Amino acid sequence: MSDEKTHPTMYTWKTMPRGGIIPKAGNAAEYRTGAWRTYRPVWDPEKCIHCLTCWILCPDSAIQAEQGKVTGIDLDHCKGCGICAHECPDKVQAITMVLETDAEDEDEE
Amino acid sequence: MATTAVPQTRVSLTGNDAAAEALRQINPDVIATYPITPQTELMHKFAQFHADGLVDTEMVLVESEHSAMSACVGSSAAGARTCTATSSQGLALMLEIVYIASAYRLPIVMPVVNRALSGPINIHCDHSDAMMARDCGWVQIFSENAQEAYDNTLQAIRIAEHPDVLTPAMVNLDGFILSHTAETLDVLDDEVAHQFVGTYEAERSLLDTDNPYSIGALFLTDNYYECRRQQQEAIANCMPVVEAVAREFAAISGRDYGLFDAYRLDDADLALVIAGSTAGTAKVAVDQLRDEGVKAGLLKIRLFRPFPAAQIIAAIDGAKAIGVMDRAISYGLDGGPLFHEIRSAAYRTLDAPFASYIYGLGGRDILVEEIVDVYRGLAEVAAGADASQTRYIGVRE
Repeated sequence: MSDEKTHPTMYTWKTMPRGGIIPKAGNAAEYRTGAWRTYRPVWDPEKCIHCLTCWILCPDSAIQAEQGKVTGIDLDHCKGCGICAHECPDKVQAITMVLETDAEDEDEE
Repeated sequence: MATTAVPQTRVSLTGNDAAAEALRQINPDVIATYPITPQTELMHKFAQFHADGLVDTEMVLVESEHSAMSACVGSSAAGARTCTATSSQGLALMLEIVYIASAYRLPIVMPVVNRALSGPINIHCDHSDAMMARDCGWVQIFSENAQEAYDNTLQAIRIAEHPDVLTPAMVNLDGFILSHTAETLDVLDDEVAHQFVGTYEAERSLLDTDNPYSIGALFLTDNYYECRRQQQEAIANCMPVVEAVAREFAAISGRDYGLFDAYRLDDADLALVIAGSTAGTAKVAVDQLRDEGVKAGLLKIRLFRPFPAAQIIAAIDGAKAIGVMDRAISYGLDGGPLFHEIRSAAYRTLDAPFASYIYGLGGRDILVEEIVDVYRGLAEVAAGADASQTRYIGVRE
């Protein structure tokens, strides 16, 4: 995995803020922890009943929803824990976990 | 020598009291400290200044040196001018945080009253504590006597807080030999000292909620390396600052300091390198040998980190044999730490033979006659005698 994938900007030793401080507040969203993922949640809008269980339980706030309906998954910040797929009601199963490398291959095709 | 020095007061102080006097004049915002022999009297004296209302400092009396340095890190990150002091086991206990203070680029100043590391437990002088800390990213300055302990502490705050440096600094002074021995020294008038140290305006403060910042974030494979590389540059930047601060100090005190002190070294055939109070003993040996016509010279280490390698090599270039006396052992390595640094610096530059000497561990006395003997041995090395093995001075064989 390349470091560029996790950071919008990569500091050189000359541009690194002195002492490794983080000089501004509220920038956690810039750190794209999605690159840590092994399994990717794939959401099927056809099956989804918009119960929002996944939205409530996602520890990274990576389930995107608008006006009470799931609209997608923020893959820049989803770490692939799979809680969403596990908690999706058994009768629905709108989210499946796919090996990230397979999903990436599919993305490229 | 500068000739325009302002009047000073000649006093009799121990090394500990001299360093405490410098801290009083620095008037730090915060001192977090814990007692340890032989440093205890230093902070005892400062606590007296504090109790007498002579300083504005907030003293934080913590439960260990680990906590002392942790409190210093927090205080310095909040933008406060921060000092502490320690010795030996105290430095060992705080070492985890000592590395962190330099990585966060916090300009804390800490006199280190050099004492042997346990075990066996010992309270007397050697440099094993300073050498243990040599890779921790702090500026390290050695003192020969109480005057230098005072002068170096005042200069250390200026060096550490310089915007090009912003790196913490240790001022080493030999335990008991300096810390508990009264000497005469000249101290600056308070007004002059205050003007010299100035005030510290930190660029950031953790208490400034309008400009929040984070310190101490996790740096993994992606960023840690860049931080450490930058730290190496910061401490290297120290060299011209040490010289500039010394020039400014000479103008107010009449006392000249460089990166090191060269004593009768210019035309010396036999050069000896020593750090700490033993350099004073060696000067007497050099004078005796010079009276006999032996061209002996001394290089006294002042700035040890960053290590002024090129300047030291230029100063000992021309000697026919070079000896380095270490008051510490790097266990498993033949030759003391100072010896290895200087001989490495001489690689492909000097052809003269090098000899390594260990002395004075755990406060074992080192006498003028023993140093004279070192010079006589060094004369044999210059004439071709084998110097491949480290000599242990003053140990019972």
